[in-house]
Amino acid sequence: MREKKWQKPLPWLMIVALLALWEICVRAFNIPLYVLPGPVDVLSALFANFSTLFSHALVTSSEAALGMLIALALGLLLGVAMDAFPLVRRCLYPILVVTQTVPMIVLAPILIIYLGFGMAPKILTVVLMCFFPVAVNFTDGMAQVGQGYVNLVRSYGASRAQVYKLVKLPAALPPLFSGLRVAATYSISGAVVGEWIGSQSGLGYYLLRVKESYMLDRVFACVLVIIALSLLMNGIVRLCQYIFLPFLRRAKG
Amino acid sequence: MKLEVRGLSFSYGPKKVLDNLSFCVEAGEFVSILGPSGCGKSTVLNLLAGLLRPAAGDVLVDGERVEGAGNGRFAYMPQDDLLFPWKTILQNVCLYGKIHGGEKAAREQALAHMAAFGLAGYENAYPGDLSGGMRQRAAFLRTALCRAEILLLDEPFGALDVISRGDMQDWLLSMRADLGRTALLVTHDIDEALYLSDRILILRGSPAQIVREVDVRREGKTRQWLYDQGALKGEIHRCIKAE
Repeated sequence: MREKKWQKPLPWLMIVALLALWEICVRAFNIPLYVLPGPVDVLSALFANFSTLFSHALVTSSEAALGMLIALALGLLLGVAMDAFPLVRRCLYPILVVTQTVPMIVLAPILIIYLGFGMAPKILTVVLMCFFPVAVNFTDGMAQVGQGYVNLVRSYGASRAQVYKLVKLPAALPPLFSGLRVAATYSISGAVVGEWIGSQSGLGYYLLRVKESYMLDRVFACVLVIIALSLLMNGIVRLCQYIFLPFLRRAKG
Repeated sequence: MKLEVRGLSFSYGPKKVLDNLSFCVEAGEFVSILGPSGCGKSTVLNLLAGLLRPAAGDVLVDGERVEGAGNGRFAYMPQDDLLFPWKTILQNVCLYGKIHGGEKAAREQALAHMAAFGLAGYENAYPGDLSGGMRQRAAFLRTALCRAEILLLDEPFGALDVISRGDMQDWLLSMRADLGRTALLVTHDIDEALYLSDRILILRGSPAQIVREVDVRREGKTRQWLYDQGALKGEIHRCIKAE
């Protein structure tokens, strides 16, 4: 079913309408700032504290980006190891699944005990959150390559390394990018959770500070920044996919 | 190059698929193995291509024993086109050159053949942009660009609709002389076997045996010739059904 032309702006209008309703309610019922700020209050807090938010956002996003890169490197390495050696897969895969069931909010304080209040425990939190979707999507992508393709290049005389280079790795790239997109959204919240538990900078630290002083307009402004950063990370991954996987562009038309 | 298969045996678990199968394909000859689905035709090709290991028997090319995958004697073309969706058509057809380090020469050769394979102008297209028949021709060009003397074709047009399949058969027949290769085609399509090959080997039974050999070597085969072969088709059909 094709979207009709007049329907296109509807999702945006919906958001604007909800924001307007929110603002009207806050004003009509005279709700105090420390209970619920209106969208206008939030926006003015965002602009008033922009430079502070920006410097904290820089810390958070660098933790998230570093964590993502480490998770990517580990995911690629372990993914290939699990695909090439079934025994490695059988030993590690269940452990990977179990690690995902431990709530980060429990792990983060422990990491701080081990690694201190610097960037290291936050980066590790991000790695722990992002590693799973990356590694699992990547190995599953390699495992699901049609045996026909593998047989074809083998019949052409390809070595084991060439089977990976020509068939398995490229075939696993689209699922890898799906995993990265999920990880990208996790990465910012992972860093924020790490900062919330204990740090001297970053959006999580700022969030905790303004929450303790009941400056809810700034809390909401900070949330806006977190949303924007998560979308930005997601956009960067999409851009990379657009650049590195040109064949997917055409398939979508 | 002459292909000789001697006493080939193979089992899937307890089920004996092939038992002591022997046949021969002369240099430059086009031979079809014709048989019902699941009779072990594809197994024969997989054994030749080295993707399966025979329980017993030898494969000889010009009297020399060959073994294992990538022995360099056979260019194997599976039923599905198996083009890589992330590679352009040109990159796809140069696969053999890429594996064996002659990519530049392979590119030139491929570009020279694009028109004859009906792919001119699609060098940089992705397989997703092509029709089924074009993808099959691209897969065929990739097979033809292997530096291997014997083509192994596993129902190469089986995935196409009847009309495109007919077009591809006409096209392959016209290409045969230019290709100048020894070829072994596996099919369950009697018309295809009659139309394309010099000789038909009918495979049947469990374990599969070659029950009959039909010589269909003719100069200048046409569709009309094929339509006139009703009696022969009936005979072959009865032979496959073991009536």
